[in-house]
Amino acid sequence: MTHATHTLDQMRPPYPAEPGAGVYSSKLGMWVFLASDVMFFTALIGSYVILRFGVSSPWARPGAVLNVPLTGLNTFLLICSSVSMVKAYAAIADGKKYFLRKVAGKTLQDGGLKFWLLVTIICGGAFVGVQVFEYIKLVGHGITPAGYREGSELAEKALADPVKYGANIAGLYGSTFFTMTGFHGFHVTCGVISMLYLYFTKVLPEKYSAQDYRGIEVIGLYWHFVDLVWIILFTIVYLI
Amino acid sequence: MTTSPATTHVRPNYMRIWLYLFVMTIAEVLLAFELPVSQNMKLILLLILAVWKAMLVALFFMHLKFERWRLRLIFIVPLPLAAILVLTVIMEHVR
Repeated sequence: MTHATHTLDQMRPPYPAEPGAGVYSSKLGMWVFLASDVMFFTALIGSYVILRFGVSSPWARPGAVLNVPLTGLNTFLLICSSVSMVKAYAAIADGKKYFLRKVAGKTLQDGGLKFWLLVTIICGGAFVGVQVFEYIKLVGHGITPAGYREGSELAEKALADPVKYGANIAGLYGSTFFTMTGFHGFHVTCGVISMLYLYFTKVLPEKYSAQDYRGIEVIGLYWHFVDLVWIILFTIVYLI
Repeated sequence: MTTSPATTHVRPNYMRIWLYLFVMTIAEVLLAFELPVSQNMKLILLLILAVWKAMLVALFFMHLKFERWRLRLIFIVPLPLAAILVLTVIMEHVR
């Protein structure tokens, strides 16, 4: 009976894998769910592309209606939350359950699972907050899922410059914008609620360890997918 | 019983990936609003940057780069189906 030398593989979690894909069942389940979510968002993005390039009237120009700097900040928040999520994963894989701990010879303290997951929750919550603020501002300026509200600031601007503001197809513009970003925002909200649940029921009571951190890995996959979808949405909805 | 030699992977530098994502996001915004590039070129470059960023997230943050091919296939299989879905409906418009 020979055993190969076991070298530490940082990318292979130490729990039993199901035969086939080589992962445990809840992780496989999350991947299957994400594959179905790819099709869900494809239906939304695909419909948007078809509607946008199928109409003969001009679409509102990038930045004319939407606040791109504010959404740029939101994109930054989501990217930061993604890196903090993966740092949370790496921390617990190394057995760091703590919040912050001093390291000899270093100015910055070392962050553990409790710290990085809290950063992720804060960034995710801030993303949802900024999106709600953006919606309130947009509706206040006059863009609704039905188009430009009569008598609103945007409706008047659209009358003065119908090409820049896509006056003829404002309903299509509003409905596609709110549908796509709304469903994405719903995904982010679900992710934040799930992470809060894990934080209070598993992370704070220190139920995860270097030997079992499946919940963190599975919620991490979901969270990165939400970030990935936003990267695509930000480009096609706000910049193109 | 012979245990096959384990493949070893070293954890990627996550902060470097974050830096790439951050720089590419700034590049996208500059490209969309500041740089004097033709509309078609802008569209192509923005899509390339978006796909590149999405790939970085999937490969390094979701660890697809380190997973077995059987698992990668679960995520990859819907992508051509998604492309077919969009392309076939666009063809309706083209006709």
